[in-house]
Amino acid sequence: MSIVRISDDALALACGADEVAAAFAAAGCVVERTSSWGMQWLEPLVEIDGVGFGPATSDDVAAILAGASDLGIGPIADHPFIARQQRLTFARAGRSRPLSLEDYAATGGWAGLNRARSLGPAKVIAEVIQSGLRGRGGAGFPAGIKWKTVADATGDRKYIVCNADEGDSATFADRMLMEGDPFQLIEGMAIAAYAVGAQIGYIYVRSEYPHAIAKLNSALALAESLISPFKLEVRVGAGAYVCGEETSLLNSLEGKRGEVRAKPPLPAIKGLFGQPTVVNNVLTLAAVPHILTEGGASLYDSLGIARSKGTMPIQLAGNIKYGGLFETAFGVTLKQLVEEIGGGTASGRPVKAVQVGGPLGAYLAPHQFDIAFDYEAYGAADALIGHGGVCVFDDSADMGLMARFAMEFCAVESCGKCTPCRIGSTRGVELIDRIRAGGRAADAVEVLPQMHNTAKAGRSRADDIVLLEDLCETMKFGSLCALGGFTPYPVLSALKHWPEDFE
Amino acid sequence: MNHEARLAEIIAEHSSREGPLLPILHDVQHAFGCVDAEAEAQIAQALNLSRAEVHGVVSFYPDFTPAADPRAVIQLCRAEACKARGVEALIDTAEAAAGERVRLTAVYCLGLCSAGPAARIGDRLYARLDEAALVKLVQSA
Repeated sequence: MSIVRISDDALALACGADEVAAAFAAAGCVVERTSSWGMQWLEPLVEIDGVGFGPATSDDVAAILAGASDLGIGPIADHPFIARQQRLTFARAGRSRPLSLEDYAATGGWAGLNRARSLGPAKVIAEVIQSGLRGRGGAGFPAGIKWKTVADATGDRKYIVCNADEGDSATFADRMLMEGDPFQLIEGMAIAAYAVGAQIGYIYVRSEYPHAIAKLNSALALAESLISPFKLEVRVGAGAYVCGEETSLLNSLEGKRGEVRAKPPLPAIKGLFGQPTVVNNVLTLAAVPHILTEGGASLYDSLGIARSKGTMPIQLAGNIKYGGLFETAFGVTLKQLVEEIGGGTASGRPVKAVQVGGPLGAYLAPHQFDIAFDYEAYGAADALIGHGGVCVFDDSADMGLMARFAMEFCAVESCGKCTPCRIGSTRGVELIDRIRAGGRAADAVEVLPQMHNTAKAGRSRADDIVLLEDLCETMKFGSLCALGGFTPYPVLSALKHWPEDFE
Repeated sequence: MNHEARLAEIIAEHSSREGPLLPILHDVQHAFGCVDAEAEAQIAQALNLSRAEVHGVVSFYPDFTPAADPRAVIQLCRAEACKARGVEALIDTAEAAAGERVRLTAVYCLGLCSAGPAARIGDRLYARLDEAALVKLVQSA
């Protein structure tokens, strides 16, 4: 009897993968639980001898085994969604069992760490710099330069901190990696620790990811001796979005309120407990083992465009027909991602807007879809790549409401440390409400005779739009971190492209 | 075992770690369903912090609550990707089904963004919810 492979990724589980697996086991099959291929519209995806069936329910088991199921998609590895990708970080996705050290070693695992140990720390850093790898959390800072800063800094001890507080909506690549290939993240952190001379590492995972936490803890128990003397521990967040910002994450790890710290000092100089600390995103660290294999750095450098090197695991989400994980070299256009690969909207209605980069990313309109996936190109268009989340909206979306939500989200999640974000976000919600209501009449205080400078005739829509733009300017340049600083992106882009939704 | 002894045990389990406060608070929340003022005081004393500092941390994070709520909790994702897939249209019905018996809270992203609307009860996740599925989930919670 052939082996039935079904993912135990959280999304597959949420769609009933356990029930399907149990039904196959009850039918006498040997069931293996693997990582997810990332074709999420097909989950739970059943794989038998390389051939896929999905989305399957337990009612489909008999037909699949009898060869009479119409859910077949043919050989999974040849599916256009997979065949079009260039998977480096997610090379094992769908192909290995997440907690099998045997599978990991058989698919090139630990080769990067072993080679790194033979190269010596300085050469490891040089290769990471050469690869052109930039921070995948959103800021896009060159990872090798950060490592070099930490390596050159002096401290009693040094830390590697993995930022796995993936709070952005429409992003799930960190989660998939932690659940599907935890050893790769562990190996990447061990390489980073070796390169900069760190003794201790922490993976800070959000509490909304219970499956990732469990997988990482199991994986760490299995890999402890392989990464020794480096010590690695999982820490769990507590529901605060802002802890994805690196300095508030460090405060949270220290057991404090997750408030943002002013920079400088950079965490690379004074980070966790005041010691030199590398803070990198899951995808950044997980890209490292491949880069450190023979020829990995130059391959990485040869991919992508301009200053955006290598591959990016792009997440196709929201109202999209074929959603999932699509890893490809930088340079792919939004049109290709949304229309060719994603198949347009799940609802079948026209695409109205696409938000790239999570709740702090700009809304892009269809006429901008030729933009290439590249840090600088997005920056030039007043947008950001962020963590690579692509969230599609159909024409039923009310962009005025989405702009209001951006401000509301910032108000809910603000850490409260700086005024533009703490107060500006609430004022922003009120302003958008007023704009949508068509302005407002003068209030009792404004009409008092001693209030010489107030508008006696109330405020028109146009007045309030100017005020909103001014508020966004203040938040953008006056906030301490990206939460307050980038909330203006979705607000202003919605206002610019869909002014009719603010009427 | 009474509260105080159990709490002392939790504190002792974590006291050798760096930055032990959050791991302690998670375990306390899990064991007692809340982190109340008495627990804050005991933790503060054990970690040589002021009660204000501990309270500041407890009140900062949504995962920690000051009083236990015996009701079942459903976390429903209300972030952009689930909004794009129509979660807002389900809210009124879900709230009506929940009534006073079930606590329906908003969560910003469960990482199931191509398969929303999504919800979480305990450590179980649910995706591709429509009105009927969500009402059924609320009723069974």
